[in-house]
Amino acid sequence: MRSYKVLLACLMTVLAVAGCNRSNTIPDGAVPAEADSDRGASTTGADSGRPGGFEALDGDSSAAPELMDQLVVYFEFDSSDIRADFNSMLAGHGQYLAANPNAQVRLEGHADERGSREYNIGLGERRAQSVRRILLLQGATAGQLSTVSYGEERPAAVGSDEETYTLNRRVELVYR
Amino acid sequence: MHCISTGSRWGMRAFVCLMLAGVAVSAHAQLRIRITSGVERPVPIAIVPFGWQGSGGAAPFDLAAVITADLGNSGRFAPLPTSDMVSRPTEPSQVNFQNWRLLETDVLLIGRIVEDGVDRYTIVFQLFDVLRGEQLLAFRVARAGAELRETAHQIANMVFEEVTGIPGVFDTRIAYVTETGEGDAREYRLIVADADGENARIIAESPQPLMSPAWSPDGRRVAYVSFEGNQSAIYLQTLRTGNREVVSRRAGVNGAPVFSPDGRQLALTLSLDGNLDLYTLDLATQVLRRITENPAIDTEAVWSADGRSLFFVSDRAGGPQIYRTEAVPGSRAERLTFEGRYNTRPRLSPDGRQLALIHRDASSNDRIATFDIDTGLLQVLTDGRLDESPSFAPNGAVIIYATRVGRQGVLASVSTDGRVRQQIAAAAGEVREPVWSPFALP
Repeated sequence: MRSYKVLLACLMTVLAVAGCNRSNTIPDGAVPAEADSDRGASTTGADSGRPGGFEALDGDSSAAPELMDQLVVYFEFDSSDIRADFNSMLAGHGQYLAANPNAQVRLEGHADERGSREYNIGLGERRAQSVRRILLLQGATAGQLSTVSYGEERPAAVGSDEETYTLNRRVELVYR
Repeated sequence: MHCISTGSRWGMRAFVCLMLAGVAVSAHAQLRIRITSGVERPVPIAIVPFGWQGSGGAAPFDLAAVITADLGNSGRFAPLPTSDMVSRPTEPSQVNFQNWRLLETDVLLIGRIVEDGVDRYTIVFQLFDVLRGEQLLAFRVARAGAELRETAHQIANMVFEEVTGIPGVFDTRIAYVTETGEGDAREYRLIVADADGENARIIAESPQPLMSPAWSPDGRRVAYVSFEGNQSAIYLQTLRTGNREVVSRRAGVNGAPVFSPDGRQLALTLSLDGNLDLYTLDLATQVLRRITENPAIDTEAVWSADGRSLFFVSDRAGGPQIYRTEAVPGSRAERLTFEGRYNTRPRLSPDGRQLALIHRDASSNDRIATFDIDTGLLQVLTDGRLDESPSFAPNGAVIIYATRVGRQGVLASVSTDGRVRQQIAAAAGEVREPVWSPFALP
């Protein structure tokens, strides 16, 4: 149930992002040079000829690029260090932003429910800043990135166990 | 009602409705107080139903019922059930002390409401020491019908202080945040209610989080954080008019607002360079001053009683601990807490000598503790796993805080001597971040 909701949220974002891409953010040929470049390119190509914003859900290799499926970075307890398994994903986003100077992303930092609410705002902001630094290193510009920390106020999952906490310590990338 | 729409890029609802004078909360959201434990020997008191001298059959308001609930819920009094009373005096001449001694009543409150005119009443009451047969209090006051509930709280205050020596807080208020619904249907509300949970009014309502309410020292305004438009901002709202203004909506974090003791400044947390630091904002001149400059998280400031320094939370030494700094730029901060690896959310006691805070114990339980600023003594008061957001009552005798029962966020209170515990729950939804108002203005 929980993961279904997360999946649905991601899917909605994918659709929205894909819509933006087609209409105004990706200039022809301006695709990331490495990593996910092939998928990024096919998305723009495949979109032409459809009404604005519509994207095939499956059965179409040009559907939602894998990069845009990966919009959440998770963190260890009391940590804002980027885990190694998120490096390639963030590199992909950074390169995408570098290649698409009109693209903008809001980095929403979150914490688990333990401890005080305002200190958790601090932890969420620190996580959002960690992601921001990586994206800047990969070529994104400061003007493309904004941060907001929700602390523990908007949990992705509800509960008071470690599994839930793991899902809530996160930064969500929200393309605008 | 005044509704503000903010940008809704994704078609999600993003609006905040302001209630000009506040809208009543539905019954299921109202708070109910239950005593979990009281003092060992609460004072036996008889509160006789007040007499009525006026038109119609019954008094316009049951003062004795509200006084009984106030004193009973305090955990320091044991009110005699009305059904056990063998007489119901309303005048001193009708009191037979021997009868009340047989009922093992120590203190007796009697009174009457006299109708003076249209919606005008005089309330008279007397408090007696039954064992000595002496009058302790005797007062008369003129009031309108709409003021009778408040009058009952004021009488309860006078009885409470006469018997315990502690000023009563029954006519004060509590601000708190509720959350109902899940996912995109979430609704956050900032509510102000009487200390007994009655008269709950919605101050702000939003599908985006509301948090960190803080009272102005005169009790007329509340500062809080709202995330409307996917950005944090600090608002200042006048309760009587509903008028609200943005006091800080800068890039990044705008959080943890607290009023200075003179009400002229806010201490707040901003992340202007990507890192959280403390600032002060002069509300009249809008002059912003940066107080801390440290790569760690600095947040949750609270003013000292003299307004010269700030207690705050910083994780500059690893885990978050409480520090103190002068409220001027460039001051050196001094670490105060060393017990445990996690101490956050300080709030100053009304006498300025203690902090209530969240202390994480060796078993990773978050509990409410008091910290003596001079001696450094830390005393844990609660036994929950996720206790948070402590706030002193203005008499310093009680701390209200948020805790969990099962999955539901509820409020609870504990007396600072640890003897009286209350649980305060709404029938539905999450309730959290209780903040006790200052004493009511005379």
